[in-house]
Amino acid sequence: MAETTLATTPSASQEAVPQQGTWLAALTGRLVIIIPYAWLLILFLVPFLIVFKISLSQTAIAMPPYSPTFDLAGGISGLWESFREFSFDNYLWLTEDPLYFNAYVSSVVIAAISTFFALLIGFPIAYGMARAPATVRPLLLMLVILPFWTSFLIRVYAWIGILKPEGLLNQFLIWTGLIDQPLIILNTHSAIFIGIVYSYLPFMVLPLYSALEKMDYSLIEAAQDLGCPPISAFWKITFPLAMPGIVAGCLLVFIPATGEFVIPDLLGGSQTLMIGKTLWNEFFSNRDWPVSSAVAVILLLMLVVPMMFFQQAQAKAQEQGR
Amino acid sequence: MNATWSRFNIASIVLGFAFLYLPIVLLIIFSFNESKLVTVWAGFSTKWYGELFRNQSLMDAAWVTARVGVLSATFATILGTMAALALTRYTRFRGRVLFSGMVFAPLVMPEVITGLSLLLLFVAIGLDRGFLTVTLAHITFSMCFVAVVVQSRLMTFDRSLEEAAMDLGATPVKTFFQITLPVILPAVISGWMLAFTLSLDDLVIASFTSGPGATTLPMKIYSQVRLGVTPEINAACTILIAIVATGVIIASLVNKRREVQRLRDEQAANRG
Repeated sequence: MAETTLATTPSASQEAVPQQGTWLAALTGRLVIIIPYAWLLILFLVPFLIVFKISLSQTAIAMPPYSPTFDLAGGISGLWESFREFSFDNYLWLTEDPLYFNAYVSSVVIAAISTFFALLIGFPIAYGMARAPATVRPLLLMLVILPFWTSFLIRVYAWIGILKPEGLLNQFLIWTGLIDQPLIILNTHSAIFIGIVYSYLPFMVLPLYSALEKMDYSLIEAAQDLGCPPISAFWKITFPLAMPGIVAGCLLVFIPATGEFVIPDLLGGSQTLMIGKTLWNEFFSNRDWPVSSAVAVILLLMLVVPMMFFQQAQAKAQEQGR
Repeated sequence: MNATWSRFNIASIVLGFAFLYLPIVLLIIFSFNESKLVTVWAGFSTKWYGELFRNQSLMDAAWVTARVGVLSATFATILGTMAALALTRYTRFRGRVLFSGMVFAPLVMPEVITGLSLLLLFVAIGLDRGFLTVTLAHITFSMCFVAVVVQSRLMTFDRSLEEAAMDLGATPVKTFFQITLPVILPAVISGWMLAFTLSLDDLVIASFTSGPGATTLPMKIYSQVRLGVTPEINAACTILIAIVATGVIIASLVNKRREVQRLRDEQAANRG
């Protein structure tokens, strides 16, 4: 339709087309920003504000089980009124009961130890991949990514059958004669370490690989020609050059592992304390929404710093990618 | 020197991949076990697969999961691609820092926090928990993964192609669909697949945001796993793994073929 009218008025079309173009460009440009922006604001940022707000409210035996509710109808004064009803009781409760403090500490410790082991295991794999012939690399890369595509729950579940007392690992070790009593691994911290390292290993290997692949290996040869022993060449050259990958990999493992629920729940048994599990129980078993919100707020505050590091590392990688 | 290094490299790769794959392989093998005892081999049988398909509640859950997956992956791909375009094409706009923060944060956000916060939002606005809320939740967290995948492709994209198209009078929308999208399509497709598998896998966020009548497969599997390992669940997991692995392998083959085709076209163009 537009084309026919423009064709009949050639003089007008020459002005109208670029104008229409810029106007459309401006609009579509804005929409490309506005739509995902609005989506994330409403479904990502606002929910956090609600969590924060509910963490300051009282537990109530009702549905939803908390009060007071946010009432925008009251205007500014109403808002102020609800601010005054805010209580920090839930946070006080968290400090009074050592359960929560212990859960936070043990989550961080477990996540940190697992991250260390993931780095220890992931580094040789990534290094081996980066040094592999260029024709094999895409295949190796796909093999690292493939387990990541299979369900997290399934991969954790698979370890139950391996680690339990009458499981495959113990059967194997008894068969080889290495042990005569089954090892108790399931429902201990070791099982959680294995689970986290196993599940998050691709997250560690991929950034390490992309850092190591870019490395210039003639640097190591030069160092060795100049008499530098391999180990010190590793610490002086490879390690610093792989640093961006190490940082990204460790953050990608550490942050989600700290709030992990499935692994401690299925492999750690009832004894282990991790904050993700505490939050889950607080919510689903105790139905205490304000306390579980407070648990979430503190977990988030703990992770804000590593998350900002992660964000910076991402931004840096983006700059270098250009 | 070099030989020992490469032997070390090969050993670490082999051991690493054994660690990554052995549990999955064992799970698949024991899904064909005759015995009810999962870890004792008693002969080959496919009876657990038969049991599985007769388990109506498991089948219902699978159907819910498939629908949530397709719907959420599709919307997540659209929104994620938009977000990627916004991040690569508009280097400065008001609130860009907040925007990029909101795109990257969900990648590492513990699922319990995302799940809880979305649930509290749905309760606050009075939306009944069920199929719709799970889908909305899945769109939200998987769109960020799509954005990252597409963004990394857009960064290496040659913008002069777009500029040429616009100079020749194509509208931005037309330029996007005729020039940009075909080039970034492999990334968009793998973004869709990633979003689909994320949705297929998710237990924690679905548990928070789902309601009666919208139990997803991971929720169903989880509730059974808590009672103990059963060969039936092994069979269900094997089928899921088979579906995902087939999808990924087909996608990578298609990608490879497209890449070869593109190289050929480029060579032909250079000769011409």
